[in-house]
Amino acid sequence: MAGGALLPASAAAQDAALVTRAIPSTGERLPVVGLGTWITFNVGDDPVARDTCADVMRNFFATGGRIIDSSPMYGSSQAVIGYGLAKLGMPATLFSADKVWIAAASRGAAQIEESRAHWGISRFDLLQVHNLLAWQDHLPMLFAMKQAGRLRYVGITTSEGRRHRDVEQIMRSQPLDFVQVTYNPVDREVEDRILPLARERGIAVIVNRPFQQGALIDAVSQHPLPAWAAEIGCLNWAQVLLKFVVSHPAVTCAIPATTRVAHVRENMGAARGAMPDEPMRRRIVAHVERLQ
Amino acid sequence: MTEWWTYRLSSFLLFSPRTWFRLHELYNAEIWPAQVAALMLGLAIVVLARRGGGRSGPVIALLLAACWLWVAWAFHWRRYATINFAATWFAAAFAVEALLLVVLGAARGRLAFAANAWRHPGIWLVAFALIVQPLVGLLAGRSLLQSEYFGVAPDPTATATLGVLLLARRRSPALMAIPLLWCAVSGAFASMMRTPDMLVMPLVALMTIGAALARRRRDVGPA
Repeated sequence: MAGGALLPASAAAQDAALVTRAIPSTGERLPVVGLGTWITFNVGDDPVARDTCADVMRNFFATGGRIIDSSPMYGSSQAVIGYGLAKLGMPATLFSADKVWIAAASRGAAQIEESRAHWGISRFDLLQVHNLLAWQDHLPMLFAMKQAGRLRYVGITTSEGRRHRDVEQIMRSQPLDFVQVTYNPVDREVEDRILPLARERGIAVIVNRPFQQGALIDAVSQHPLPAWAAEIGCLNWAQVLLKFVVSHPAVTCAIPATTRVAHVRENMGAARGAMPDEPMRRRIVAHVERLQ
Repeated sequence: MTEWWTYRLSSFLLFSPRTWFRLHELYNAEIWPAQVAALMLGLAIVVLARRGGGRSGPVIALLLAACWLWVAWAFHWRRYATINFAATWFAAAFAVEALLLVVLGAARGRLAFAANAWRHPGIWLVAFALIVQPLVGLLAGRSLLQSEYFGVAPDPTATATLGVLLLARRRSPALMAIPLLWCAVSGAFASMMRTPDMLVMPLVALMTIGAALARRRRDVGPA
């Protein structure tokens, strides 16, 4: 595929069916692109910024998005999500993912309840122990909530390569539904052990910081989009980076964060059309590393 | 176990520069014209420091304490804490500084000024805080509404306080600790946001420490 035929093919890819992946523990399918809220949704009481975030959410749902991820660590993000959900009339397709992030085990349940109230939902779909903080205490509580029907899935998170040995140990010893890690064409440490282990153990994988918190996309955006991007239906760099991430067979979804409607639509475009095969994935890595 | 060591410094930047600037914009709009009143307060502090005398120290300490308490409550507690959980600690630190100014500066008389102390570098810091520091925001791409003003925002309030303390003939070193610490905290957040004015507060701290050490050497030097 080359030359003038590429652009129509790429445009057509944006209208293709949404790519979904199954959560191994249940078979429930999720679109491969979700919405993160780290930094971007922490806008406090700013009414203009809150409405912008609600617009981002509106476009996210309109383009087939389901999973929104947040944390008590993210300042006002949970409350801003709640504002957006209320404004949008609580979209039925929402898959709510949040975290417990508190050192005192006795306060975990109260923090979860506070988070739930911020979102304005009856229960979370997924709760994760944020950055493994007090995981020995919080995981039994989350499993008990799941057992009681007050939660659907349980997971753990890490980011930026923190405590991977501990993550592996917990993945081996606990009946997790999800693990959340950092992965992108530059940060690929999880390819060695965590992603293969997730496949082996039947654990869904959420990928955070697919753009290295904006740094990676800022770096590659200085350069023209390679012609071969059209072969995988990519119209921009964000889609190339996201398709690299979600094309790993162990990855369930990526959760890029943004405050811009145009960007959320671009991101959701990565959940459609052809996905890179292994040679193309290696090509993406080599190209991005050259541009760094 | 909080495992704080597993976090990078950048992990504690929970908001974008745009959100930070908007926070100041909404805050300034909400409290207007408190900025003008605070500027008048700052000029009054300068006049009192120039006049010197027995009452100037306690009065200046009380005026500065009012500014620190306002910033603790109106800025850190009510505004900043909506986007940064650490702002509740900042509010506490600013309230402690206000308390120290009341107790050490006003009640115990550990802040005193000599008349006509104009040549000291402290006066330049005070002038910078009152007049120049709000304009530095413009160079950094912020509008006047998004700038920080003495008496109502933390950076110029800390800068002016350090300048006033340098001007003082007698001062308690304890009064300098929190403003200097704030210079480091503010500089750290600004560097994480990579704002063009990120070096301002660290430079204010270095200038203060340098001037204080120079005066100490002069005071204890050979007669």
